[in-house]
Amino acid sequence: MITKRIIPCLDVRDGRVVKGVNFQGLADVNSPVELARYYSDHGADELVFYDITASAEGRALFTDILVETASTVFIPLTVGGGINTVEDFDRVLKCGADKVSVNSGAIRNPDLVREAARRYGDQCVVLSADVKRVDGVFHVFAKGGREDTGMEAIGWIKRCVEMGAGEIVVNSIDTDGVKGGFDLEMLSAVCDAVSVPVIASGGAGGIQDFVTLFKTLPRVDAGLAASIFHFGEVRIPDLKDTLAENGIIVRR
Amino acid sequence: MMIIVDYGVGNLFSLKSSFGFVDAEARVSGDPEEILCADKIILPGVGAFGDAAKKLRDLGLDQALTAAAGRGTPLLGICLGMQLLFDKSYEYGEHPGLGLIPGSVRPIAEVIPSDLKIPHIGWNALHFDRRDCPLFADVREGDCVYFVHSYYAADCGSALVASAEYGAPLTAAVQRENVYGCQFHPEKSGQVGMKILRAFCDL
Repeated sequence: MITKRIIPCLDVRDGRVVKGVNFQGLADVNSPVELARYYSDHGADELVFYDITASAEGRALFTDILVETASTVFIPLTVGGGINTVEDFDRVLKCGADKVSVNSGAIRNPDLVREAARRYGDQCVVLSADVKRVDGVFHVFAKGGREDTGMEAIGWIKRCVEMGAGEIVVNSIDTDGVKGGFDLEMLSAVCDAVSVPVIASGGAGGIQDFVTLFKTLPRVDAGLAASIFHFGEVRIPDLKDTLAENGIIVRR
Repeated sequence: MMIIVDYGVGNLFSLKSSFGFVDAEARVSGDPEEILCADKIILPGVGAFGDAAKKLRDLGLDQALTAAAGRGTPLLGICLGMQLLFDKSYEYGEHPGLGLIPGSVRPIAEVIPSDLKIPHIGWNALHFDRRDCPLFADVREGDCVYFVHSYYAADCGSALVASAEYGAPLTAAVQRENVYGCQFHPEKSGQVGMKILRAFCDL
């Protein structure tokens, strides 16, 4: 059967990998190309490169880093951050991305999802949703989690899937950086609403959080995290061993 | 010279890079003459079967590919490129393929339980139906490779090399003499994928 995917996310700024707590207080961690190669050699199933400042400052993605990575790392690569037009899709796909993740760009122009899916196929279009509870309701946030759009999140995600999003990254702002585990309530609500692959993001603090994620919500396809991998707190081979011991099918 | 067939379908960046990684030189070309003279041929492809088959015909590449395969040039089809090797496809209608491998391409939805997601996307294990295909000499039973597809090749007969289990066995690799096909993406399948590409280069 298809394996559960473990995905390190590399937030890139100025050619360096950064990771903040609740998206604030960023600190340089490592070189994206080196880190990508390391993860690929150590069992990562897929990589996400995310230009976290692009949507706020309109900064172009570092396509040279992308080219260098895609020339030496041969696992699926998703690129996001600052994707606002179909031309942005084209640019990163030509540099070796396999999938393109849209967030603020889709909020500003929902047709972007439809246009990109028509041109490149649903499997190429990943909707990344930053979601936070506001008065007990899941809201979609824009601009790297800084701006409340006021939109209800589950309806927004369903709409994007209808328009052609082939995969959903659900990033819980409530649990991101807290390391208290994934947002199971939020993820369960998304899994109930859509039939495309769902990737859990935000809150992983240790190996047990991934076990709980896949045991509690077997419909979740992948777990994504950043700092616990970057700082060496969790080694992916150890994580996969533990998942396998718990009866969860992984690639080893 | 190894040629990666360019017919305007899909992104060839990773594929070209992956051959560089296994120390093989590969050139991207859509010229039927170059394909006829090639030492080895890679037929990539993503998207819809009907559009891709039409593009091959419009560029005169269908005849170049069947002629090259007929004279023994090793040919490897990847993903949609593998599906194009078959007699026909039932993706949005009925479309003829290159007819280099017997069988037809059908929707996965016909054979898997309805609670499984489509496309079949992600890493899945290879289960070998036969072990004599040289591309997989260094690949073990159960090694995982990366799939993205909504259609699969049915009734491949003795050409079937390996399958992946997804509620039903789905054709993962085929071979008939010098014609090879992978439904999965070796260029995205990490070290296992590189072993397969290296084996093709070493044929």
